[in-house]
Amino acid sequence: MDLLIKNGFVYDPINGINGERMDIAIRNNKIVESVIEKNSKIIDATGLTVFPGGVDIHTHIAGSEVNTGRLVRPEDHEKDFVRKTSVTRSGVGYSIPSTFTTGYRYSLMGYTTVMNPSMAALEAKHTHEELNDIPMLDKATYPLLGDWWLVLETIQKGDLEECARYVAWMLEITKGYAIKIVNPGGLESWGFGRNVHSIDDQIPNFGITPRDIMCGLAKVNKMLNLPHTIHLHTNNLGVPGNYETTLDTMKCLESIPSNGKPVVHITHLQFSSFAGEDWGSFRSGAAEIAGYINNHDHVSCDMGQIIFTDTTTMTADGPFEYTLYQLSGHKWVNSDVETETSGGIIPFHYKRKNPVNAIQWSIGLELALLIKNPWKVFMTTDHPNAGPFTAYPKILAWLASKKARMATFKRLHKKAQKKSILPSIDRELSLYDIAIVTRAGQAKALNLKEKGHLGVGADADVAIFDLNPEKVDIANKFRTFRRAFTNTAYTIKGGKILAKDGEILQQAEGKTIWLDMQTKKEIEISEEIKKKFREYWTVEYENYPVSEHYIKNSSPIKIKADV
Amino acid sequence: MFNVIILTPIKKTQYPIIAQCISPDVFQEKTLEQINNLPIWIGNKRRILSDLFKIEKTTENSPSIIINGDVSQVRRIGWGMTQGEIVVNGNAGMHLGKKMSGGKIVVNGNAEGWAGSEMKGGLLEIKGDAGDYLGSPYRGSTIGMRKGKIVVHGNVGSDAAVHMKSGLIKIHGNSGPFMGFRMTGGVIHIQKDAGTRLGACMTGGKIVVSGVLEDMLPTFAIEFIKGKVKIELGDKAIGPFFVFLGDLAENGRGKLFISKEKNPQLSQYERFL
Repeated sequence: MDLLIKNGFVYDPINGINGERMDIAIRNNKIVESVIEKNSKIIDATGLTVFPGGVDIHTHIAGSEVNTGRLVRPEDHEKDFVRKTSVTRSGVGYSIPSTFTTGYRYSLMGYTTVMNPSMAALEAKHTHEELNDIPMLDKATYPLLGDWWLVLETIQKGDLEECARYVAWMLEITKGYAIKIVNPGGLESWGFGRNVHSIDDQIPNFGITPRDIMCGLAKVNKMLNLPHTIHLHTNNLGVPGNYETTLDTMKCLESIPSNGKPVVHITHLQFSSFAGEDWGSFRSGAAEIAGYINNHDHVSCDMGQIIFTDTTTMTADGPFEYTLYQLSGHKWVNSDVETETSGGIIPFHYKRKNPVNAIQWSIGLELALLIKNPWKVFMTTDHPNAGPFTAYPKILAWLASKKARMATFKRLHKKAQKKSILPSIDRELSLYDIAIVTRAGQAKALNLKEKGHLGVGADADVAIFDLNPEKVDIANKFRTFRRAFTNTAYTIKGGKILAKDGEILQQAEGKTIWLDMQTKKEIEISEEIKKKFREYWTVEYENYPVSEHYIKNSSPIKIKADV
Repeated sequence: MFNVIILTPIKKTQYPIIAQCISPDVFQEKTLEQINNLPIWIGNKRRILSDLFKIEKTTENSPSIIINGDVSQVRRIGWGMTQGEIVVNGNAGMHLGKKMSGGKIVVNGNAEGWAGSEMKGGLLEIKGDAGDYLGSPYRGSTIGMRKGKIVVHGNVGSDAAVHMKSGLIKIHGNSGPFMGFRMTGGVIHIQKDAGTRLGACMTGGKIVVSGVLEDMLPTFAIEFIKGKVKIELGDKAIGPFFVFLGDLAENGRGKLFISKEKNPQLSQYERFL
């Protein structure tokens, strides 16, 4: 049946609509020009805010590291569990919810598309099986390619075309969406118990540097015409003084021709914007980073905002997790995934009264507010590394209201309060800006043409919030705003009403988006490479690819590459 | 205004019961009818408190709850209570007094596992035996007992006082293995025998054993011999005791006080003094 959303205040930044009262018509899971009113179901959105369905560019919701995180944290499940209802399934987990609960909770906040970063190619089958189990959402996943041996070898040889063919092959067989690079070079070094400390350090046995990897893969990304840029987790992440490394990283990618479009997405930028020499003199480097990004167009980023809560950190950056282990002494999982990547997991409690955590909280918000163009910086918590995604409404309130920021700010560690520049920032995001940082900007950065907007032809993903922008000043009444964004009035995905007033009405399957790479020359995997598989991988070459039947609702995007 | 509430179990069920609501904090300011309708879970079915108990309100004015009968199937009695008193005349189920921060619970019978788990204050007295994980956090958690006092008149199962940070546990009987695993502070007094791996990975606090110790971990080193040791204000354990420091595998500074008289097998350590 057709659906008509009448009379809501529509925010659709991609089409430049800022709070106009209009109707949205939906037919067969797409947004259309108009429908016949008497034949359609009508949602009266008078006095409500209508947004496109939310898009999350970076959230760890599936894969081996998420699942291991679940295994090591039974106490996380004990404190948060959901019973089944006639529609939904039961689930557990606060910082790492089980697959079904993840889907429901995202849907209740109005999200319809999420991106799972950091999938080790070896664990791709597992990741896709888990993604299949996450309902209510469209998903995609980024394979970790920054420290894959074949990439390192081809970059060492200087043969970027060959590198591009391998990357295309890898994206297709792992059913991935973008190139994820984590601590380039550092993960390979971690296999030998070492790390790299600048973008010009040598990587053991390969004789190349992180700079070569990043520039190489950025060029490969261009050759392959991939929809997203390279998705980068910088070197030296989580180390005081690392903002200089981040600046170097951004500078080294300046030379890649960009036509005004970004060539790199730096993810969870908060963790890469630390200044100071050690934890004692730790301070924010957000102003320097934001200054650079304001003057350059080749970078987009997301926040990685800290939430003061008990959470679980999980990243492919093994050496960083080791640092965290030394700091916290908490239980630690460490792994070295064969020739591809590494990984680590540690539970972590971010505390208001800890000066470092408090400054980290401030850095995230400073970045989001000091970077003037909201199309360049997006709202994430790097779920669950800096906090669970269920805290998004809190972050939105901090961004939209100085009053909300200062209410939390007053409760921080005194030393952190003195060091922070947050009180001097008066900027408050409008609802239009919020629609950009949570939806439109992310969809645009991912180049998802049918997501993040409400124009004709877009997927019928709509989030309707119980908030009247004419009556409520969100900067003043931030609690009302936060409540409205915690549970949508309606979440519509693919033309179906999935959630209403904080309740799931029906369970729907989402699709998995992946890139069907079409190279000019067919990619040949030589006998030599197959032999390498036999020698260095635990999985044979023949069993390595994820075939399409693994994916329940497969939605490939055809990409014509230049090689 | 609070009257003494008397709960009498009226039926046995096949499945475990979760009744987080049995706590003076919840019962306070509620009429008898409201108390009757408090939600509980029997297995996976949602029921109300009066399905399981006959509930009476007396005229006596005191914030206490008396349970007359065996409630060993009922879990989470006194969850997070901050005041008042619960008396169980019978056996109590798992997670008794979990996260309690004040008040008093007395069990005239045995308690099952996880009694006084993650306790933050108050007094828990068990006249019979306690199960495993006495005063220990839920599996995986590192938040052990923070404050308060637990007294057990009988024996205690394994893994008691795991991750204990502060407070006092007194055991009049024997204790099972892994007592005080990873404890960082607080005092434990075992008046009879202690099981194996006592104080494994401990980094602080003290454990006093007045009876026989089954075996001593090799990662503890003897420091000196002491005549008596303070348990709490007005309570001293009379020795002499061997004093061990450890767990050295964790660079720990926890202390074990082991009765010299009852443990002649440890006399070989005396040559290191």
